[in-house]
Amino acid sequence: MHSNKYIFIYSILMVLVVAVALTVVAIQLKPAQENNIRIEKMQNILTSVNIAATPREAEALYSKVIIGNLVTDSEGNEISGVDAFGVDLAAELKKPEADRKYPVYLARLDNGDTCFVFQLRGKGLWGPIWGYISLKSDMNSINGVMFDHKGETPGLGAEISTPNFMGQFKDKQIFDAQGGFSSVQVVKGGAPDGDIHAVDAISGGTITSKGVEHMIHDCLLGYEAFIKKHNAIKP
Amino acid sequence: MSEDKNTKEPMFSAKIAKILTRPFNLENPITVQVLGICSALAVTVQMKPAIVMALSVTVVTAFSNLIISTLRNTIPSRIRIIVQLVVVAALVIIVDQVLKAYVYDISKKLSVFVGLIITNCILMGRLEAFAMAQKPWPSFVDGIGNGIGYGMILITVGFFRELLGSGKIFGIDVVPQFLYDAGYVSNGLMILPPMALITIGVIIWLQRSKNRELIDKS
Repeated sequence: MHSNKYIFIYSILMVLVVAVALTVVAIQLKPAQENNIRIEKMQNILTSVNIAATPREAEALYSKVIIGNLVTDSEGNEISGVDAFGVDLAAELKKPEADRKYPVYLARLDNGDTCFVFQLRGKGLWGPIWGYISLKSDMNSINGVMFDHKGETPGLGAEISTPNFMGQFKDKQIFDAQGGFSSVQVVKGGAPDGDIHAVDAISGGTITSKGVEHMIHDCLLGYEAFIKKHNAIKP
Repeated sequence: MSEDKNTKEPMFSAKIAKILTRPFNLENPITVQVLGICSALAVTVQMKPAIVMALSVTVVTAFSNLIISTLRNTIPSRIRIIVQLVVVAALVIIVDQVLKAYVYDISKKLSVFVGLIITNCILMGRLEAFAMAQKPWPSFVDGIGNGIGYGMILITVGFFRELLGSGKIFGIDVVPQFLYDAGYVSNGLMILPPMALITIGVIIWLQRSKNRELIDKS
């Protein structure tokens, strides 16, 4: 039987050795991990403009397609000196509305169109959901969306990140005929045929579907001033 | 399993080979000892995550066995479970970090299940039953054997679930288009966890029908 003193010294030494080993590993691998997260973000932005990219080609495709980015406040004024790619929307949404910074990306598509990509973040059933939405140059019709989630139920809420669900948003419109902001509704039981402001919800995933609806509505509301401003400039 | 201190064992004796291959069949951790079922159900929808998970578990069992076996005479018996857990947890965190750095998309698919290797019963079982009483080298081999025994089942289940559930192997379509045209439909049920349980059940059934000694007497 070992003495108490031995046990204490043994535990302290063991914990110290393990702590040092883990610290070394974490520091060594951090650059590679951060790079993966950066590339995933690029992939996500590309998905929202309907370009599928493997992690390997994402960086090259991103620099080709995304021709610029900027940061706007909720009044639609551009904030200079901030890198849009580095803005953490989750942290921004916790701030009061006037202090928020919203990242915007500008993409040039193969057909010559430019479109704006806006970042989204909201709540699902079990945790955060997020994504990107790209608007065509009319600043009204949706070009494409990308959603992802932390831990929605597989087969139910998790279906928001499948091409089937995301594909529905293409060509929907976020402003009604009078120019009012209407966003896109996610309708339980199925959207009426030909409704340009609604898509079908996921059966069994109503709370996550509604989360997507609220996310698009709330985040685009923050971008509304910016969108209107840029819409007015265009003929 | 008594320790033989005087005789010098060669590195690759028949005994070592037996330690390595025993978990493949008659002492398989999943189908015979029924350990590590949770992760076997969760990560076997596709082959790729199943293989990465199998490798991760093999690395962790092998090295935790090695480390615990090396330390076995110094570990105070009153805190031995804590010591084992610290070693296992540290190894699992290292594996998790490495996966995040080098195979990011697979590590996202495995999500919490890499972290849950810590609670995989195979590990604690091997440490308590084997590594605490054996020399480092046989313990290391035992860890590798158990990891492979676990991985074999995972990969087999993953193979059938991916093939029947989505008509693919390693994400490549293998079911020819004319079968789909003729009305073949991939079985969506295979993708859900219950079918993993049934697949493992079928494997256990096949294994026991071949090895009569595994059948319970009662």
